[in-house]
Amino acid sequence: MRRALPACWLLAILSVPLWLQDQYILHVLITTGIFIIAAMSLNLLLGYTGQLSLGHVAFFGIGAYASALTTLGFDVELLDGVHVVHRPWPALSGLLVGVVVAAMSGYVIGRLSFKVRGAYFVIVSISFAEVTRLVALNWVGLTQGPLALTNIPPFTLSFPGLGSYTLWDKAAYYYFVVAAGLLAYLVISRLVGSRIGRAMIALKENEQLASSLAIDVTRYLVLAAVVSAAVAGCAGSLYAHYLKIIDPDIFLFIYTVTMVIMVITGGKGTLAGPIVGGLMFGFLPVILRPFAAPAVQWILYGAMMIVVVFALPQGIVPAVKRWTANWTSPGRVFCQPDDLP
Amino acid sequence: MEQFLQHLANAVILGGTYALLGIGLTIIFGIMRVVNFTHGELYAFGAYVVYLVAAALGLGFFLGLAVAVTAGVLLGALMEIALLRPMRNADIDTVMLMMIGAWIIMQNSELFVWGGVAKAIVTPFPEAPLVLGPVSISWLRLFVLLIALLLIVATYLLIHRTRLGKAMRATFQDRETAALMGVDIDAIHTATFAIGSGLAAAAGALLGPVFLVTPTMGDLASLKAFAIVILGGLGNITGATMGGFILALVEEIGAGYVSSGYRDAMGFLIIIVVMLFKPTGLFARAERIG
Repeated sequence: MRRALPACWLLAILSVPLWLQDQYILHVLITTGIFIIAAMSLNLLLGYTGQLSLGHVAFFGIGAYASALTTLGFDVELLDGVHVVHRPWPALSGLLVGVVVAAMSGYVIGRLSFKVRGAYFVIVSISFAEVTRLVALNWVGLTQGPLALTNIPPFTLSFPGLGSYTLWDKAAYYYFVVAAGLLAYLVISRLVGSRIGRAMIALKENEQLASSLAIDVTRYLVLAAVVSAAVAGCAGSLYAHYLKIIDPDIFLFIYTVTMVIMVITGGKGTLAGPIVGGLMFGFLPVILRPFAAPAVQWILYGAMMIVVVFALPQGIVPAVKRWTANWTSPGRVFCQPDDLP
Repeated sequence: MEQFLQHLANAVILGGTYALLGIGLTIIFGIMRVVNFTHGELYAFGAYVVYLVAAALGLGFFLGLAVAVTAGVLLGALMEIALLRPMRNADIDTVMLMMIGAWIIMQNSELFVWGGVAKAIVTPFPEAPLVLGPVSISWLRLFVLLIALLLIVATYLLIHRTRLGKAMRATFQDRETAALMGVDIDAIHTATFAIGSGLAAAAGALLGPVFLVTPTMGDLASLKAFAIVILGGLGNITGATMGGFILALVEEIGAGYVSSGYRDAMGFLIIIVVMLFKPTGLFARAERIG
């Protein structure tokens, strides 16, 4: 039964476009899926290493811009009249470049900002995100600034000998996002289940003790930042090629806050947490839309965040695990409350 | 050179209000160990109260200023009692998340009540600026600087010359020992958050008429306040005052000589550079308030 459960979930997820007629709901599912991938990447830093990165949207945006610019091509003039010209590449290579560039910026930002901890780290990470936003806004030659990058082409999958297939319709894009989400889930679950993941959790619990056990703290934190940034960059690239337009507002603090709310509500430091939290906050606007203006919706999210912090500080997934563990008879406990992840 | 003098004058005037913002945040950060994401919202709140009293009700700018500071103090005290007091022993990240929730609520309430269109506040000061050789300064900005300096001095005296200030300093140094000596820690925390919030509201009320009042004006104000606090060192009022003027100067110079688009990036670059090379801030002695 326990082994069959993931397969059941997967089948349910894959069957959605077959019976779902409403294109708007499918659209919500796609964008929610993209933000769940981003939230999963944030969870690696926030939930497993315990570092509250409030600049996470930087990696999302860098992935989106790198991917879009690789696909669209650009012609920038650097200081002394030297032109850097890039011809358009296929969209799928843009995804790859987006992931790599985001991972590289994760390395650089991680190296620099993990010199400080706690409140200082939070503020430094916000600062990095704001600087990238202002660069995207002001480097008009590269990013078009507030005019936005438009006409970003969708991904084209080519199969050797079978021709190629462009992801024009929503159902195809849905499957692509699900595939990317599964890959991200596997990468993160393998990572946190490994020796590296245990080292990360150890340094979250007690950094001094961990370093006394010869765990190279900075190395593991930077590694987490690189993987996390790469996954966030992938999500950003998916977002850019789905919406076909991106502007500097993609770097706004509110997107980081959205990811943080998803992770905290679902349960930080659990693999299912970002998915549960992501689905909740992805669909709340759909449910609330007929009754409440956007500003009122945001007020409700803010209130919900405070309620979660007060009532369920660990989030929904650990709470549900605890209930089910109490509910089943002690002889049949298959899910211990503390065997996280 | 003439251009430089003008930039210098602008920086001094902007710096006064930045210092107010920074002092408010640094005492909250220092005494309560709360990363206060709502600080910028209190700044916006101050500006909206002035708009309400001066423009919407027509009761005048000066009354609006007084009402804004009072309302900021009251709102701060209320928030401390309702939100922060129950979370006193929670870890800093949990409280930070709660403050982000409060920040979202406050900003969107402003958006809901006032709409997204920017509001302008008219003041009774003459339009023609004061011209001093190559430098011209509007009367409004001069008044803003004057009030800001008065409030800075008042806060400094409050911290250093009153019983409340002594209790605040004691709480900053060692909360348990201060409690054992009979300091009412609950009251000190409420007072600290109320004073800090009042200063933020004052900064917003003063800068509201200089710029425009919008629901998102608090975001940058929060982040700039963090930059000032980091620059000056945690809990250091003199440092925050200096930090406010330095940030304003760097912004003015950056906007004047590099590119006006990167004006707001200067604060963040300062944060990053200071954190990398001198994480205790430029003016840090040992960590203490005063």
